Amino acid sequence: MPETGIELLEIKCPANYPYNYSAGKLLSFFFRALRDEKKIYGRKCSRCGKVYIPPRPACGPCFAPTNEWVEVGPEGILECFTVVYFSFLDPMTGKKRPVPYGYGLIKLDNASTRIQHFLSESDPKKLKVGMRVTAVFNEEREGKLSDIKWFKPVG
Amino acid sequence: MARRAGIIGTGQTYHKSKRRDVNIVELIYEAVSSCLKDAELDIADIDAVIIGNMEHFEGVYNADLWAVDGTGAFGKHAIKITTGGTTGASVAHAGFYHIASGMFEAVLCIGWEKQSDGDTTAGLIFQSDPLFERATMSGAIGTFALAASEYMNKFGITEEQAAKVAVKNRGNALKNPYAHLRKAITVEDVLRSTPLAYPIKLLDMCPTSDGACAIIVASEEFARKKSPNKPAWFKALATRHDQPFNSDLPLLINMRSLQSAAKEAYAQAGIINPLKEIDVAEIYEPCTFAELSWYEALGFCELGGGGRLMDSGATEMSGELPVNPSGGVISTNCIGATALIRVAEAAMQVMGKAGEHQVPGAKIALATGFGGSFWTEITILEGD
Repeated sequence: MPETGIELLEIKCPANYPYNYSAGKLLSFFFRALRDEKKIYGRKCSRCGKVYIPPRPACGPCFAPTNEWVEVGPEGILECFTVVYFSFLDPMTGKKRPVPYGYGLIKLDNASTRIQHFLSESDPKKLKVGMRVTAVFNEEREGKLSDIKWFKPVG
Repeated sequence: MARRAGIIGTGQTYHKSKRRDVNIVELIYEAVSSCLKDAELDIADIDAVIIGNMEHFEGVYNADLWAVDGTGAFGKHAIKITTGGTTGASVAHAGFYHIASGMFEAVLCIGWEKQSDGDTTAGLIFQSDPLFERATMSGAIGTFALAASEYMNKFGITEEQAAKVAVKNRGNALKNPYAHLRKAITVEDVLRSTPLAYPIKLLDMCPTSDGACAIIVASEEFARKKSPNKPAWFKALATRHDQPFNSDLPLLINMRSLQSAAKEAYAQAGIINPLKEIDVAEIYEPCTFAELSWYEALGFCELGGGGRLMDSGATEMSGELPVNPSGGVISTNCIGATALIRVAEAAMQVMGKAGEHQVPGAKIALATGFGGSFWTEITILEGD
């Protein structure tokens, strides 16, 4: 690689570009239920019967509409997990995300797919693939996934 | 398969964490110039340009517009393609489709990324669903950490077996002058390296690189008339997308998309025993555990047998099927170019132009692309 031996400039160009997402009909129902009832709902495919979380209008493999709400969780099985140690820029805040934190994929009871969310534990020795976990809701809720503070081991 | 198409030239930049000596256009121009030189062609010989990179990694949109003076696309048919991590493979496939259609004779395909201009983990988080996975997602590292925890638990894969992948690939990179990380490491080094996200450690994971790659895909008629190189012919290609959320996929790491794509590509190529019939593979392995599990998905061994295949030495340079002679993604990762480098390296192998990391007599080469959420592109090339 050629060495130029000249002064090379790096010019800072920060950007701040706020977005607002429409939740749509199904996710509005889902997030209202989290906020108002502390309940988690999946959406069932009219053809194969798979219960999806996050809820969505159609099942990809069947390309058939979902047509029924099914209450899922709040308990489930922790099927994958990690504890994040490295520090990185969080594009949602523009700041470093606090570490360490645990998160995983949880198969909620009555759901066919999993949900990715925070875990109460940030020590991998206290976590185990296959363990049962349950949702812990925040006292103050605003209709976002973060209304579930995290999932914690049962018992 | 439609009209025959082959790769007749390849070019890469030198890769490092920060190529501060070049800006985006200069970086692309470096790869394009190197590719044209390799094929002994002039830009006037090219009738279409296809370019790809990751959306918003650099905060520069419409890269096909901004980079036109470095791509050579002025006055030509040109398109941008972006499919996440698979972008480079999608660009190569689009090159094939352009030639196969009979409408073009020589297509320049470019993949690039200047990751040091942005922030890769933040960029990847930004590409996940804003309402569900963005809060927890921690880039490729966290996603593969989740996948590895499940993989270890289900099949008894060990961290030592995964570490051997890094040792192999980083060892291979010593012979590739274009590789980013060129330092031999040991299993102990990997196991003792900084924990990033349990069970992934620093040396299990690919680096972030600045770099670009270009290839020229041409018709048989054009290749026979113009190319000094023996073409690497497209023998099979297959693409599979999966559902949007990581949480939708039943066993993350084994990639049903890769299993399905491999089945289709092998059927097209008439391959029954991939371990024996493929001479060399360039797999898009963002982390050590992924390479092991994708041996399984690609049918090199049985489900859960990836660790044992690694232990057997079959995928070493001296083994039955050398995997990632270039050093792979664990040694060089400029994301929008990464999957195209796999295709370019596979092509170099069957063209007999891989230099010190040449697999002697390679005739059939396989390249894969990986992207979110666990998408696949497979390319099988055959020597002339």
